[in-house]
Amino acid sequence: MALANVHGTSSAKGPAIDLSNDIEFRAVTKRYGAVTAVAGIDLAVPKGAFVALLGPSGCGKTTCLRMIGGFEQPTEGIVLIENRPMNGVPPYQRPVNMVFQHYALFPHLDVLANVSYGLRQMRPAIARAEILRRSEEALELVRLGGYAKRRIHELSGGQQQRVALARAIVNRPAVLLLDEPLAALDRKLRTAMQFELQTLQRELGITFLLVTHDQEEALSMSDFVCVMHAGRVAQTGTPREVYDAPASLFVADFVGKTNHIAGVVEPGGVFRLANGAALAAGGSATGSAAAVLRPEAIRLHPDLQGEGLAGTVTHRIFLGSTVEYAVAADGLGEFLVTADRGKTDQTAAPGDRVRLSFDPAALHLFPAGTAQS
Amino acid sequence: MRADAERKRSLVTAALAAPAAIWLFLFLILPFCAMLVFAFGKRAPEGGYEAAFTLEQFANLPSRAAAFWNTLVLAPAGALLCLLVAYPVAYYLAVKAPPQRRMILVALIVVPFWTSLLVRTYAWMYILGSRGLPSLLDLIGIEDVRLLNTPGAVLLGIVYGYLPLMIMPIYVSLEKLDLRLLDASADLGARPASTFFGVTVPLSMPGVITGMALVTILLLGEYLIPQLLGGGKVFFIGNALVDLFLQSRNWPFGSAIAVTMVAVVVIVLAVSMRIAWRFAGARRVDLV
Repeated sequence: MALANVHGTSSAKGPAIDLSNDIEFRAVTKRYGAVTAVAGIDLAVPKGAFVALLGPSGCGKTTCLRMIGGFEQPTEGIVLIENRPMNGVPPYQRPVNMVFQHYALFPHLDVLANVSYGLRQMRPAIARAEILRRSEEALELVRLGGYAKRRIHELSGGQQQRVALARAIVNRPAVLLLDEPLAALDRKLRTAMQFELQTLQRELGITFLLVTHDQEEALSMSDFVCVMHAGRVAQTGTPREVYDAPASLFVADFVGKTNHIAGVVEPGGVFRLANGAALAAGGSATGSAAAVLRPEAIRLHPDLQGEGLAGTVTHRIFLGSTVEYAVAADGLGEFLVTADRGKTDQTAAPGDRVRLSFDPAALHLFPAGTAQS
Repeated sequence: MRADAERKRSLVTAALAAPAAIWLFLFLILPFCAMLVFAFGKRAPEGGYEAAFTLEQFANLPSRAAAFWNTLVLAPAGALLCLLVAYPVAYYLAVKAPPQRRMILVALIVVPFWTSLLVRTYAWMYILGSRGLPSLLDLIGIEDVRLLNTPGAVLLGIVYGYLPLMIMPIYVSLEKLDLRLLDASADLGARPASTFFGVTVPLSMPGVITGMALVTILLLGEYLIPQLLGGGKVFFIGNALVDLFLQSRNWPFGSAIAVTMVAVVVIVLAVSMRIAWRFAGARRVDLV
């Protein structure tokens, strides 16, 4: 599933998308002995885009990143960077740089020596003054101006993260690879860094390829998300497309919270639930199916008269701007409902009888038997 | 209350330090003082020590210059040779060897250490002796090769005997090396050689320094290897001391040599540490 479609859909945010690709995977497979980590992936990362590879651990996303970095070679297929095949090219000859998970900063060097490391490897050698100037520029860019002479172990996690970023961008790579860059930061810092990474990417104008298992991180920062599952691409698209129109049950489950409803699609566009209730269903395929429904697509009504499913509130979690409800729908099991302040009722308490309603368009139907692909 | 706790703490410290302190005093400081006294004394007519205060023994030191020279050159050279041989082995063990094979290989390096060094060095005497390797070389036309009783033989024996002591500390420090740092270095454009000298070597310096210090210090007191493989031609201070104390029973002269050796080693160590320190300091500045 190539990202070819994304060229046309360059969203309003982010830099203008060039038509050429910075990174391309052609039928790339990576096997470790009997284990297949990546199973025949086609992928294209457009120039200047911020793309996230999203998936659970073991889905092959880090292997993909390491094949781009040159630390792993594909068993089959071709990896291209800037339209040049990279098979067999060692890491030190690739126009990409990586922000490693846990940063991998050199403990024996100070901040400046870490940041200037890449520049000092350049052949022919660059003048010292130039190295110093560009390193300090990179440090300014990540707002670590006065930290040049600090030792690595004197820095906080967030500062180390910035040093890793500065070290990776100082060579002006065609693509910046980020391997779970925010995983080790606490929640507040993580949010701040999400904004900063976005800003940095716009300022530098280089392609960012982020690997993460955190769907929030992927959705919030990237122009395009590539959801991976079991060594394959499950879906690619803008964050909104992936969230609003998941291509499979797996994507729906992995990206955001979902409610599952089992039922049967009957001829005539009727989705018959286990408790006998009938919902309108688009599509033509009939037979047993699973539907997914986002918690925020459900509205909660204290009055039981009207369309929808009746149920009893079992739990109520106050989250500030929203309230999360667990509602046991009659004959159907538990539903998760996110009630936004001002949009829907937030007064229901555990034990109350309520009615759940939703727009049939919010319901995504998947034929049974496709649960894991 | 506070003073009580303070006193208790210093008592505990004293109790913990006492055994080592007493041990050092009885078996290092006292003997050393005795040697100092001996060194200024005279040899009794039938051997041993006769009280006196003379610099005669120290004036006589140049007669043993060869022993000093051999020790001060061959001990560091042997340690350096050990390092050059040990580093690739330690690197392979810690970085390249598959983990399941690692322990077996480490065991293979350590096991010979459990056999007497005397026996193993004896074996080298036969290998290097005229009926060993030289006789084989003779067969292919290379005649009159003398291997035994040369500095080369002593160096070989040193590397052979002390290699595990050098490998282990380097292995330990390389095993702690985060391999992702090597990836990071390559990612930033460093060729394998740059990565090796820019990341691997500096981060394994603690092991290198420990190994060098350990082997050099032990070699300065080496007796066995020069005795067997140097055959009286290449001898260390240790051999001279054995000779003086046990054969000619010239205790004052032996003491003077021993005291001088300690002084020389302390000076050499102090100077080389100062240089190493300055070198490390300069390097840090040089890293831009």
